Amino acid sequence: MSSNTLTMGEVAARTLADEMRRDPTIWVLGEDVEMGGIFAQYKGLFQEFGAQRVVNTPISESTIMGAGLGAALVGTRPVIEMRIADFVLPAIDELVNQIAKVRYMFGGQARASLVARMPHGLMAGSAAQHSQIIESWFVNVPGLVVAAPSTALDLAGLLRTALRSDDPVVFFEPKALFKTSADMPDDWPAIPFGKAAHLSAGDDVTIVSWAQAMPVAKTAAAELADARVGVDLFDLRSLWPWDRDAIVASVARTRRLVVVQEGVGAAGFGAEVAATVGEAVSALKGIRRVASPRIPVPFAPTLEEACWIRPGMITKAVKEVLAL
Amino acid sequence: MRHLLHRRWRLHEAFVKINGIKRGLWRAVDHIEHPVCLSLMGARLDVPVASREVTAPPRPSLMQIPSHKTDHCAFLRELYRRMKAIRVFEDTCVAAHKAGEMPGYIHSSAGQEAVPVGVCSALRTDDRITSTHRGHGHGLAKGSDLDGMMAELYGKEAGLCGGKGGSMHVADFSVGMLGANGIVAGGIPIACGAAQGLRLLGSDAIVACFFGDGAVNRGPFLEGMNWAAIYKLPVLFVCEDNTFSAFTHSSTTTAGPGPLARAESCGVSGERVDGNDVLAVHEAALRLSSEARAGGGPRFLWAKTYRFSGHVSVDPAAYRSQADLDAALAHDPLALARAKLAKAGLPEADIAALDSEVQADILRSQARARTLPYPHRAQAFMDVQDMGAPA
Repeated sequence: MSSNTLTMGEVAARTLADEMRRDPTIWVLGEDVEMGGIFAQYKGLFQEFGAQRVVNTPISESTIMGAGLGAALVGTRPVIEMRIADFVLPAIDELVNQIAKVRYMFGGQARASLVARMPHGLMAGSAAQHSQIIESWFVNVPGLVVAAPSTALDLAGLLRTALRSDDPVVFFEPKALFKTSADMPDDWPAIPFGKAAHLSAGDDVTIVSWAQAMPVAKTAAAELADARVGVDLFDLRSLWPWDRDAIVASVARTRRLVVVQEGVGAAGFGAEVAATVGEAVSALKGIRRVASPRIPVPFAPTLEEACWIRPGMITKAVKEVLAL
Repeated sequence: MRHLLHRRWRLHEAFVKINGIKRGLWRAVDHIEHPVCLSLMGARLDVPVASREVTAPPRPSLMQIPSHKTDHCAFLRELYRRMKAIRVFEDTCVAAHKAGEMPGYIHSSAGQEAVPVGVCSALRTDDRITSTHRGHGHGLAKGSDLDGMMAELYGKEAGLCGGKGGSMHVADFSVGMLGANGIVAGGIPIACGAAQGLRLLGSDAIVACFFGDGAVNRGPFLEGMNWAAIYKLPVLFVCEDNTFSAFTHSSTTTAGPGPLARAESCGVSGERVDGNDVLAVHEAALRLSSEARAGGGPRFLWAKTYRFSGHVSVDPAAYRSQADLDAALAHDPLALARAKLAKAGLPEADIAALDSEVQADILRSQARARTLPYPHRAQAFMDVQDMGAPA
């Protein structure tokens, strides 16, 4: 491995350390951040920045989230760690009723400039309360920005932008990918929200994905390319704002769309992508959504399989729209 | 200066001659007439040659408080004046709502005035407070602009929140009032974090956190007590115990010996006071906030009082007996403060004149609010967010 090969967790920790050196008002609060977080995404930060800026908290999700807001209201920039996305549910009042709305309710007097980080996605054997995908709930909440990167470089770039913006950002991180390694370039620049990554160009079908479904979509796209199907492949990277223009322009050309997401498809973010494209592209030939069924994530591997997105599901959907 | 762009502001323009050259001097003021930016324009008036942001000094509180020790009568007069202002404000707003001219609904704090006034008179301007859905009194006691609050309750553009928050979300950051809150106990975690943030920034300001007796049955109450205790945060928790959890007597919903015992179980010490005695509240708040400011950790003030009105303006409070209400009215904090003021030596004629002055001030404010414009419809789409703002 080259010296620039880093795990996603290492990239996340180094990026945050960079930003904390730049801005002394950035600090972290959450459970077990002192030991580096459960995905090593805070490793080394406590040693460098101390207990005032890396605050190990009780298991009090409401107050982790609400205290983050209070600290933002007096001028600091908290990074709120939720451990996993499922645990934001005890803090939903603080996030949805308070953080998302303070700027608006108070007529612009206040900003909730903070980042609420929540590793999400299916993880083998984690079952119904540790493996949910609830990203689309937050897209439905005015005031929130929603990030869902799938690669280390995108995570770094979006995290930088989140920490430099005045908006509250709900930052979903692909938890099953934290240990994966990638060859990193020297610079990890900030990446704007609302700008998809265009991963391959093709004229036959547009495939849109994000987060943990993205690597699966890449595998499927490679198989399709081998079969001489021209795939226009996008990683959305952020769900609000999202790159509506790029996707609509692509489908206007290919006239076929497959949206691939982890988590329940009904009212999932894939539905928003499909509906938007359906409204905007008149000469549409076909749309398919690949997503999990509307069941809680089961435990037994044989049952859990029902929730996983596999490349074959994507290639099948592509073949269906190509036949239209 | 990017962060100023989202604020609503208006421009004042003047011309000045500097070294014989006529230049434009622009002053941007926000919706409550605070200067936010000064720009000296070049000769062509289109490019600023010098600009600076203005950090507006905190506006004076309702009135600077005379010293308790050197002028006891003047001190009591100011406490009474604030309480009277809150009472008249609440009664005026309830009447305006019932008359159909004020939108929404009003959670009146009539009967509870001694708590916010006693506590806020023990705070500094840079101390912060968090409030509740019954928050007008907290804001006024902390020094919020009367006209701005009245206009907000009328939903007018000139309101403290531009008409976007209304009664339940009224906030005034210029005096450290971090917002009323439509969620019971919602302010508790916010107060903890504000104290933590202030400490990180090197400030010795403290946070007073107001909540009601209903809030002690919500999870964030326990979380917040524990949280403030483990980090030894400078928070003064103020349980404004008005006897009712919305439409229900709290004795039927709360187990155990009460809020203070719950705080003490987390190592947060405090006092129980007669929440109708403004002087007792003030003195306790001063003691406890000084301890918290000095690094002693959080403190708890349990102020027992009584809500004269129903839960909201339309609630006749049929669930309580006339005898209970009569007993509470006989212990009216405003009447008690008035009697103390008379005993301290202020002649009845002067107190009556003060009453009239407060009454007139609030009626003038109401008359003004009535004539003000509602926000433009475009405002509905502003101040949502920067990234992904509504199209």
